[in-house]
Amino acid sequence: MASHTTDLEAGQEHAHPPGLAHQFEDLDQQLDATSFGMWLFLVNEIMFFGGLFAGYALYRSQMPAGFEAASNHLDIFLGGFNTVVLIGSSLTMALGVRSAQLGRNIWVRNWLIATLFLGLVFLGVKVIEYSAKYRDHLIPGANFQWPDPALAQGAQMFYVFYFAMTGMHALHMVVGAGLLLYFIRQAQQGRYHAHYFGPIENMGLYWHFVDIVWIFLFPLLYLLGLAFHGGGGH
Amino acid sequence: MARQSHAPAHPVTPVGMYIGVFLTLMVLTLVTVVAAKFDLGALNTPIALGIAGTKATVVVLFFMELRHARLLTKLAAVVGIAWLAILLIFLFSDYGSRSWIPTSPTWVSPLFK
Amino acid sequence: MSATLTSPPMAPQPPVEERKHYLNATHGLASWLLTLDHKRIGMLYLIGITIAFILGGFAASMVRMELMTPQGDLMSAENYNKAFTTHGVLMVFFVLIPAIPATLGNFLIPIMCGAKDVAFPRLNLMSWYLFVIGGLMTLTAVVVRGVDTGWTFYTPYSSTYSNGAVMTAALGIFINGFSSILTGVNFIVTIHKMRAPGLTWFKLPLFLWALYATSVIQVLGTPVVAITIVLIGLERTLQFGFFDPKLGGDPVLMQHMFWFYSHPAVYIMILPPLGVISELVAAFCRKRVFGYHFVAMSSVSIAIISFVVWGHHMFTSGQSVYAGLVFSVITFFVAVPSAIKVFNWMATMYKASISLETPMLYCFGFIGLFTIGGLTGLYLSSIGVDIHLHDTYFVVAHFHYIMVGGAIMGLMGGLHYWWPKMTGRLYNEFWSKISAGLIFAGFNFTFFPQFILGWVGMPRRYHAYPEELQVLNVFSTAGASILAIGYAMPIIYFIYSLGKGAPSPPNPWGAKGLEWDIPSPPPVENFDEPPVITEPYDYNPKAVGGH
Repeated sequence: MASHTTDLEAGQEHAHPPGLAHQFEDLDQQLDATSFGMWLFLVNEIMFFGGLFAGYALYRSQMPAGFEAASNHLDIFLGGFNTVVLIGSSLTMALGVRSAQLGRNIWVRNWLIATLFLGLVFLGVKVIEYSAKYRDHLIPGANFQWPDPALAQGAQMFYVFYFAMTGMHALHMVVGAGLLLYFIRQAQQGRYHAHYFGPIENMGLYWHFVDIVWIFLFPLLYLLGLAFHGGGGH
Repeated sequence: MARQSHAPAHPVTPVGMYIGVFLTLMVLTLVTVVAAKFDLGALNTPIALGIAGTKATVVVLFFMELRHARLLTKLAAVVGIAWLAILLIFLFSDYGSRSWIPTSPTWVSPLFK
Repeated sequence: MSATLTSPPMAPQPPVEERKHYLNATHGLASWLLTLDHKRIGMLYLIGITIAFILGGFAASMVRMELMTPQGDLMSAENYNKAFTTHGVLMVFFVLIPAIPATLGNFLIPIMCGAKDVAFPRLNLMSWYLFVIGGLMTLTAVVVRGVDTGWTFYTPYSSTYSNGAVMTAALGIFINGFSSILTGVNFIVTIHKMRAPGLTWFKLPLFLWALYATSVIQVLGTPVVAITIVLIGLERTLQFGFFDPKLGGDPVLMQHMFWFYSHPAVYIMILPPLGVISELVAAFCRKRVFGYHFVAMSSVSIAIISFVVWGHHMFTSGQSVYAGLVFSVITFFVAVPSAIKVFNWMATMYKASISLETPMLYCFGFIGLFTIGGLTGLYLSSIGVDIHLHDTYFVVAHFHYIMVGGAIMGLMGGLHYWWPKMTGRLYNEFWSKISAGLIFAGFNFTFFPQFILGWVGMPRRYHAYPEELQVLNVFSTAGASILAIGYAMPIIYFIYSLGKGAPSPPNPWGAKGLEWDIPSPPPVENFDEPPVITEPYDYNPKAVGGH
């Protein structure tokens, strides 16, 4: 008969701890394997974002003045605020993982809700920033305008990378937010305990990675021209 | 067959440690903003990247608990960074050396300006 | 599909209680489309890859037919570009990269590890769906409007000037790339964490060493082409000119990022077949592979070195000559581990009891053709020689010797070797030998002339050429027809065997390996009793040729 779950479950009922997948011998092996798998996925993400960073680094070295001038148009306060918010969300995420390790599902839920809230704040600020860029004709393409023709090329290339890098980062945050919603519900249902917390731990790994990307984006995009023109937002 | 596993594989980090890590990251964020305000020429970028790298290392070791992880996991993290380094090193060695045989008498690679 | 596979074996088997195995344990389309069983997923991939191979081969036949005459008369230049692009995209991304890992690898890795399944069965199923969705998107692109950028989709043509369905194809390839990454993650974790007790690394079959190295490349390299595709997509749709000189961008940067993946990708395509050949040589020489440790380590070294040679595709691109020299020298080094494998196989065959069943015929074909392909790669890696040979048919011949004479032959050898295990059926050995011969002959007629054509300067990706080159081109097209017949035959006799083939015993070849200790086809959870772990290729030299 057709089965919508694993066809290996047909006729096989052996007692096993809740949360143990059939291909693993025990929860230790499962945690070990899933954690390692998550790290490997993050290695793949390092190379994915790394391609963007490589392009950014190259063009910055070739068009430094344009990049610095363009960077000065970014609002350091908003960027710094977002950095604090995101690092704060990493703190709440880490505390959520800790609660899962202690089997305190209500606190897992609470910390993940806090993480989600901070993540949404971050995304809200990004919306503000992007709208400002749109207003100021700083979206690359046909409508891009830059007052100083000598630096226009470099400035536009900066914004190409600004939108690509922060956009890709924001996309990862949106995915993360969706995952958080899922895990909040799982925690609400009391799924985690001291011997089964791998999914929350792996969620944490993903979230911290996204934080690390921003830790590099902030100085590279926002602080670039600070020394040269005094910085600040427009 | 399935065996019930026993104690958790690694100790639970105290809350104080996580808060300390957070405060460290806040301090480093402040430092990087302040440091960026000074024109240190070619040093600005390495300093900024160094601070960012330190923050990232702190997140990886403490929030992501790599210090408690198995050797294989640590190796995977190192390999990831090493591979990005390969991309960057070879990329820059191309662009950096293009001017060694100039395409025209007056062209100089911007990296050497 | 399920209807034929679940019918009982044909006479002259005496009626027995039908044994439960992975093919008949559950029935119905949903049990296949929602399966978590790595063996079923491997078979699902086999279907997809066969379809992609047929379609890619059809595109190749369009190319070869146009090239029968020196003028561009069969189709317009744009349509010719679409034909070779379709051929390249389908063959590279939807056949060669997934073929052995996703079919044979999926099927065999857990079994060779003594495990019940891969580490992440649901991720495995998702990988298949990503492959199918990516494939359908790409097919839509090539059929509805066509893609004419070449499989290498260089900018600015792909990002600005092409009128083809570049975005759709690029998206399809991007999605398929995630299939590749997730498969790589799955295999690495499985091999590290799911080996049976006592199964240490140096007791693993060499096929697993090869697939492990392949998976490492998949995880480290694929994301870079993924971001490259994203950037080209942004440039094309939003005019984010990453590679646009009007913004100070550099199209050569795109080439760097593209080849950073695509060179290691060719090792994704060849490492698994190299692993298959190690298995076949051991089985059909009844002998442990000579220099097992060297062969194992050579797979790992190939994976590592493959990441620092990509500039050899860019010698004429405007890349710095000094960078080119570095890439050239390192490329010479990457030939060494490949040669180590070939020498060790030769040493294995020395004074061995060789039996010439079909898989072994593919082995011999592989070793000869892969060696030629590899040696001609050395011509291309010499930066001075490559100035003349770049973008000529010499390059085309070189990589087809590796990819078709090597990789596809490895796939064929592996399919013929493990088919009885995967399906529980024996195919017709007479016809399989005939088709192996036709493939070998057809292959050489098709591609050897292309070395000469490239040497005298015929460019690749052109639909017209000077009159004096017609004879060799006709030769090549004729060879391609023989090749096509050779490839059509296994499709026929394999499918025939599913319904009418003799049932296979657990170990039709008398080979050593965990997969041969279990029934054909295997039970759902692979091992009814815990597997007995021995040294790899534990052939007793005193019991020659018996099984």
